[in-house]
Amino acid sequence: MDRPLTKNVRADGSPTDLPAYEASGGYEAVRNTVGKTTGAAVLELVKAANLRGRGGAGFPTGMKWSFVPPVDGKGHRYLVANADEMEPGAFKDRLILKRDPHQLIEGMILAAYAISADIGYIFVRAEYHLATSRLRQAVADARNRGLLGANIAGSEFSFELSVHQSAGRYICGEETALLNSLEGKRAIPRAKPPFPQVSGLFGRPTIVNNVETLCNVVHIVANGPDWFKGLGLLQDAGTKLFGVSGRVKRPGCWELPMGTTIREIIEDHAGGMCDGYALRGFLPGGGSTDFLVPEHLDLPMEYDTIMKAGSRMGTGTMIILDDRTCPVGMVRNLERFFARESCGFCTPCREGLPWVCHLLDRLESGAGKAEDLEDLDRQGRFIGDLGNTHCAHAPGAIEPLSSALRYFADDFKQHIDDGCCPYAGGEIQ
Amino acid sequence: MTRVFIDQQEIELATGVTLLEALLSAGVDLPYFCWHPSLGSVGACRQCAVLQYRDEQDDRGRIVMSCMTQVAEGARFGVLAPAARTFRESVVENLMLNHPHDCPVCEEGGECHLQDMTVMVGHRDRRYQGLKRTFRNQYLGPLVGHEMNRCITCYRCVRFYQDYAGGDDLGAFASRDHIYFGRSEPGVLESEFAGNLVEVCPTGVFTDKTLSGRYTRKWDLQSAPSICTACSLGCNVTPSERSGELRRIQNRYNQRINGYFLCDRGRYGAGYVNVSQRIPAAGVRNGGVFDAVPADQLLDQVAQFIREAPRVIGIGSVRASVEANYVLQRLVGAENFHSGLGQRAEQVNNLIVDILSTTAASLLSLQETESCDAVLILGEDTTNHGPRLALSLRQAARNASFDLAAAAQIPLWHDAAVRKIGQQAHSPIIIATPYADRLDDIATLSLRMTPLDIAQFGFAVAEALRTGHADDVQVGRVMGILQQAERPLIVSGSSLANAEILKAAANVANALAARNSNTGIVLCADACNAVGMGLLPHQVGGLESLISKGAIDTAIVLENDLSRALPPDEFRQLVANIRHLIVIDHHDNPTASASTHVLPAATFAETEGTVVNNEATAQRHFAVYKPAHPVAPAWQWLARLGQIAGKAEFARLVHIDDVIGACERDLPQFKGIAAAAPDAGFRHRGARVPRMTHRASGRTALVADTHIHEPQQPIDRESPLAFSMEGSLIDVPAALRPYVWAPGWNSNQAVGKFQAEIGGSQKGGDPGQRLIPRAAAPPPFYTPALIPTALLPIVPRHYIFGSEELSAMAPAIRELTPAAGCVIHPNVAMDLGVSSGDGLQYQLGSESFTLEVWVDAGVADGCVVVPYGLPATRQLMTVPALAFVRADPWERKSDPDLITSDRER
Repeated sequence: MDRPLTKNVRADGSPTDLPAYEASGGYEAVRNTVGKTTGAAVLELVKAANLRGRGGAGFPTGMKWSFVPPVDGKGHRYLVANADEMEPGAFKDRLILKRDPHQLIEGMILAAYAISADIGYIFVRAEYHLATSRLRQAVADARNRGLLGANIAGSEFSFELSVHQSAGRYICGEETALLNSLEGKRAIPRAKPPFPQVSGLFGRPTIVNNVETLCNVVHIVANGPDWFKGLGLLQDAGTKLFGVSGRVKRPGCWELPMGTTIREIIEDHAGGMCDGYALRGFLPGGGSTDFLVPEHLDLPMEYDTIMKAGSRMGTGTMIILDDRTCPVGMVRNLERFFARESCGFCTPCREGLPWVCHLLDRLESGAGKAEDLEDLDRQGRFIGDLGNTHCAHAPGAIEPLSSALRYFADDFKQHIDDGCCPYAGGEIQ
Repeated sequence: MTRVFIDQQEIELATGVTLLEALLSAGVDLPYFCWHPSLGSVGACRQCAVLQYRDEQDDRGRIVMSCMTQVAEGARFGVLAPAARTFRESVVENLMLNHPHDCPVCEEGGECHLQDMTVMVGHRDRRYQGLKRTFRNQYLGPLVGHEMNRCITCYRCVRFYQDYAGGDDLGAFASRDHIYFGRSEPGVLESEFAGNLVEVCPTGVFTDKTLSGRYTRKWDLQSAPSICTACSLGCNVTPSERSGELRRIQNRYNQRINGYFLCDRGRYGAGYVNVSQRIPAAGVRNGGVFDAVPADQLLDQVAQFIREAPRVIGIGSVRASVEANYVLQRLVGAENFHSGLGQRAEQVNNLIVDILSTTAASLLSLQETESCDAVLILGEDTTNHGPRLALSLRQAARNASFDLAAAAQIPLWHDAAVRKIGQQAHSPIIIATPYADRLDDIATLSLRMTPLDIAQFGFAVAEALRTGHADDVQVGRVMGILQQAERPLIVSGSSLANAEILKAAANVANALAARNSNTGIVLCADACNAVGMGLLPHQVGGLESLISKGAIDTAIVLENDLSRALPPDEFRQLVANIRHLIVIDHHDNPTASASTHVLPAATFAETEGTVVNNEATAQRHFAVYKPAHPVAPAWQWLARLGQIAGKAEFARLVHIDDVIGACERDLPQFKGIAAAAPDAGFRHRGARVPRMTHRASGRTALVADTHIHEPQQPIDRESPLAFSMEGSLIDVPAALRPYVWAPGWNSNQAVGKFQAEIGGSQKGGDPGQRLIPRAAAPPPFYTPALIPTALLPIVPRHYIFGSEELSAMAPAIRELTPAAGCVIHPNVAMDLGVSSGDGLQYQLGSESFTLEVWVDAGVADGCVVVPYGLPATRQLMTVPALAFVRADPWERKSDPDLITSDRER
């Protein structure tokens, strides 16, 4: 099985440095492309490969790039790698950032070439200290090797790349909040349109892509779109970094073909549930996705399939809910996170999420009343319906809540009836 | 206009604007918080939500923010749809989670936009049972109070303060439901426009601190339409009174001039009306002291002087109304009437009026300056001398970004997006001043020059524009910028009291206008009626010319402190020369102290009058309340003097409308002032216009200690307004509207109900009559008369707080007035052998003075920058240049406290 994204990932945890990366064929795609073919040709390859964004939304990458207006000569054009991996349960980009930073750099050079960007930033999550220092080292090495900076690989093309370590807010993962943060402003998402392609960083054309997305570009350029499409088992093309956390035997992250079933990921790769624990549900794409339950285990991990099942594939990193953990407590934990990470710009998110937390606190503490469930439901719709809020943060935050109210209604009710958390005395309070 | 469907009904709405604006303009009540007509849309509060339907079949619709949705042909919206109403109610319910229930003790109560919107959406019962978050408030200076617990996080404050007004010391801190709007540390807000926070904030976070001290609810205030007297721009204001005390000033919307915003001098400077330096009664000097005498007795006495004196000199004032000056001029005759300015100031003021009358460029209103795409500021400190203009110029700098936004198909109401893409481009602003300017942060080119060099530079630019050729690189660059502009603007004025700069500015404007008919000019004058004085025939030569005339039997000084206009020796000589010095003024000052007779005049808040602003627009202010007996309007004292003195033509000058009519008849240049506002005979729906809100009961126990009967309200014989709550505000002409209120709209946001369209002109038109028509004849060419001096030129540095005579007396302004001291360039310091903290000594006539000096490379070389109008330095303003030496001995004070704009930015 082809594992292009993780082929350089070493078991001992050490990073693949520049010589090793080049020895495995690294930067060949850049050398064969930059100055030898056009940026438009790279864009066509990515389009033909049907690459979809790996950050969570699954938007076709080639289409995203094609919205960048033609070069106007009036200033810089930017490419930003979104390495602000702060989704609860997500740790897939970290794998590449720490172990194979040159793969990201090569992908960024190719993407920048495709959209004629001359400046790039890697926006790294605040807590990823090791990844940041390894990225900085890799960028410096690549620059010394003539792969970054002016006249890359002897061509006319120039691309400056900098690593920016975030100050640490979840909302910075939202691409426009990321751009504001990068500009030194408050990390508040922007209203779209205009999209970053038209008015992005410093008001200039900008593309923001997820780390994994950009890494895929290297292999699409190197091996062609047909090879890439062939990697997927069903409709979606390529491989994907999938992860599982929670009470499974072997939590971790694996590169698997698109379309791998959830059951295979959980039972084969993660080794199944820990002894004494049963699966009650899981968030398939990270903290801000709807719960799915065991009946969905045989669904293939593909964007549209998971969407049809009522959730989102998101980052592809699952969080497992076992039968000895309180679903209300789990949701409360998540909502506390999302309420804390609200940027505070729009009312439903800023004020509504703390209210949700307050209600969940009451339920968990046993002080909940029947009308609290109505309030939860009403607040959930007020906050969660698309268009009610300024950005997708609050709707995402409400996904685990609204699905938990659906799948685990009895648990919520029992909290009220018993006047306490039925799981109390268990491992999670 | 375009056809859209609102709740299944087909209506016509304005196009090119947001649905919210279009609906508000159409009279629909839709709640909002973060949107503001001048600040645009950002979609933060989510309060103005409506449903948008895909098509006729769609009966569910989806929630959209009407402030972020542009009106499009055939679009379908649900405003009253249950889902939309429920959502809007939920927004208020969520905003109320943390909002304290302190309305009864909140100063915003009764005029709170949040109260209005809460009632509008119907939210009543609180379901949230958790705790509220609390904050610690900050000291923000003497003008603006801070009560963060009330904040609903609409972001209007920072969007005004940072984005609109360019301030950087008030920001949004922290995040989630703990966002804090304040400073990084407590301290005086640095922006000169900070007071607008009081009106921009939809609830009681930012409050008027000067009102707090003597607080009154809106419904208990009595108000009248008025004009700010704190500078020459003539911003429209609403002063409000209770129990004989002026309580506050609020913005009075005038699209052409101030729009929604005032400067802090205008908002807080009127406090002078209440101070103890007011002259309370008529007085006659008896030996060294004044004896209060009945006014009639004093009038008889003065009338006798007038009858007997061979010649009576009248000294007018640039801060008194057209009417008062006109009556004085009639009383003494044009040949005896003086402007009351010093020679240099008068020359500059008359030159301004001359340029306004002859220029080929357009005289632009503040609103019009905002659409200019290149600005040249020649020697004018707009922020400190005509502050509201600086705020407009800050908007003008954005025009280049509007082009970028349009190219990217970003509508201009989409404020955050326009500002984001606008980071790339600013319309050029060129500033040539002797010291750092508050607009330097948006300037393409900031030149620090002495006044002489500024004039020289201006003449060179004018010459380059005329010939199309420039030798100097800088001149060439400025020429190119101005030539490329579609709507260039030349700004100058009297802040440096330099006629050559004004001539140069006129030449530049005229040279540009010869090629570009969109060229505009704005000149800032010295006082609220300086241009009115320039239009009124007077003897030229300034007050200095009176000194050479020797003994004067009788002189009447109208609302003027001559000691500000003359050097100390000359002032003493002039007053000594006058046998009967009659002063009509509202405040004690050196001139009043040197007088023989004093009559107590009413301030702008207590009388009606017309003032002519810097662009020659005549505007009327009305009495907010009757002054305490025997204080009376100056024009009335003068008219009565004329009547008692037996002057025939004064028999018919009884009513202010008589004076206005006579002024128009006598002086064609004032044709139009009568139309500035309706006369006293005007009735609205058969009644006078009420100064009080309909909620005022008119009943009070405040005077019960003196009389148990409630006092009868005074009758207003001067204006069509009434000291009453009876009458209607609906469709009142804007010039007469005393305050804004509409059903369901108790806050200042009610102004929308009086606009033809939201953020546009007012129903029935904005008030004001332009007195100077566009010149038909080719403009004159002003020949330079640049005379270098061997002495050190004195550069007057205006301060928004402290430089203007009347506002400087307001307690809040006094707190912010800087210390007197001068600033010099390091080269000058080296020549004089001084360093920061040393003293500079100078001789003015027989007197010797010392001033603390501060060395700063940010001021022009070769001059001494001195605060204008402060008690310690005001006499320096009467001379153009002086010899300075190091003061010895000199005791060093602590380091001078520099105000923000002096700091290196």
